[in-house]
Amino acid sequence: MRSDLTNDIIRLTIEHLSLVGISMAIAVALGIPLGILIARTPAARWVLGLSSIVQTIPSLALFGFLIPIPLIGGIGTRTVIVALVLYGLLPILRNTFVGILGVDSAVCDSAVAMGMTSGQLLRQVQLPLAARTIIAGIRVATVTTVGTATIAAAIGGGGLGVFIFRGVASVDTTEILAGAIPAALMALLFDGGLGWLERKFSVV
Amino acid sequence: MALVEFRDVSYEIEHRPILSHINLAVEAGETLVLLGRSGSGKSTALKLTNGMLFPTAGQVLVEGRSTREWDPIQLKRHIGYVIQDVGLFPHFTVARNIGLVPRLAGWPEPDVERRVDRLLNTIGMPASEFRTRYPRQLSGGQRQRVGVARALAANPPVLLLDEPFGALDPVTRFELQQQFLDLQRDFGKTSIFVTHDVREAIRLGSRIALLVRGTVEMVSSPAEFQLAHTEEARAFLACL
Repeated sequence: MRSDLTNDIIRLTIEHLSLVGISMAIAVALGIPLGILIARTPAARWVLGLSSIVQTIPSLALFGFLIPIPLIGGIGTRTVIVALVLYGLLPILRNTFVGILGVDSAVCDSAVAMGMTSGQLLRQVQLPLAARTIIAGIRVATVTTVGTATIAAAIGGGGLGVFIFRGVASVDTTEILAGAIPAALMALLFDGGLGWLERKFSVV
Repeated sequence: MALVEFRDVSYEIEHRPILSHINLAVEAGETLVLLGRSGSGKSTALKLTNGMLFPTAGQVLVEGRSTREWDPIQLKRHIGYVIQDVGLFPHFTVARNIGLVPRLAGWPEPDVERRVDRLLNTIGMPASEFRTRYPRQLSGGQRQRVGVARALAANPPVLLLDEPFGALDPVTRFELQQQFLDLQRDFGKTSIFVTHDVREAIRLGSRIALLVRGTVEMVSSPAEFQLAHTEEARAFLACL
């Protein structure tokens, strides 16, 4: 009996990790380039507003909205990942944008005056100097996503939420804790690890 | 030969004139000081020289070619630029900051390293001690020296300096002015030096161009300038 629970914890923790991992990889892959784009083209800043609006939708409602949408919707993992990406996008997008605009204008001006091309300015100056802020955004997004991903179980996405929903339904504290404790530990680990990375990238 | 020439140059932003009908010729090897109050258009004149801005009328010639005809990146790499805030890259070591333009221009690595060491020694900051430091580990005066070394690194024929010593304490400023004179003597760069400090203008300039509200009121040698009678010149001389 006990070993069944242990096996379930391990299986669902791995499932949870992969939900978080896949969603964050997509959110980073979309968020950083989009953040760079809106930092460089003021005309594209509506993306930031749109992303803020998505953030205000309660997560359970967002899952509900997504289910009927063809291709990305339906019951299961895919819908969960789409929703987690949408949530994770804003902090990454916003921090990339703020990080790049926050680079000292004297430094950018002198880079241009030294004859750097626009790409060199981005790669050699703006991104390295914004790295700390961008990683801070990824950290916030990841920690939040670990929590939000527990709701995935509501639409059949699996993960540690399975324990929590089952525990709530059967008023079984052990089950709830079996989901909540690994999720909390996972959030703490991501927070610590990405916090360490953030400090490593602080240059000034 | 005039290395830099302003031919009837005007520059305006949204119909507000910043510079009007500027005519100036900067001869090889001289230091032309642009002296003027804040907002007189001095810095704009520098940005017109290295193609950060383009004139709305007239043209700026660098080595006889209009800045509009230059490749914008090549023009900037061809002209050293030093600004008051220095703008050193905080995530680059001193050596990497100085070697930036030569590297962008594709110099072989050993040449870049040699050049960096030589420049550091020239500005009185021994390479062995300062190479691997970061800008935050330097004093204001040292940072500004590194800024000058960075501008000189790719051996540009023209140097633009925008109030480079403005933020320094008077003693350090005096030392750096002396060092600038030494560098001028040794390297013979053509320089355009912007300042609002009349002492600095007289000390460093081969000639002084006095800018008043976007126009050149007079161009003269420092000695002539001290005898000038125009209203603005007298206002500046009263500061001495």
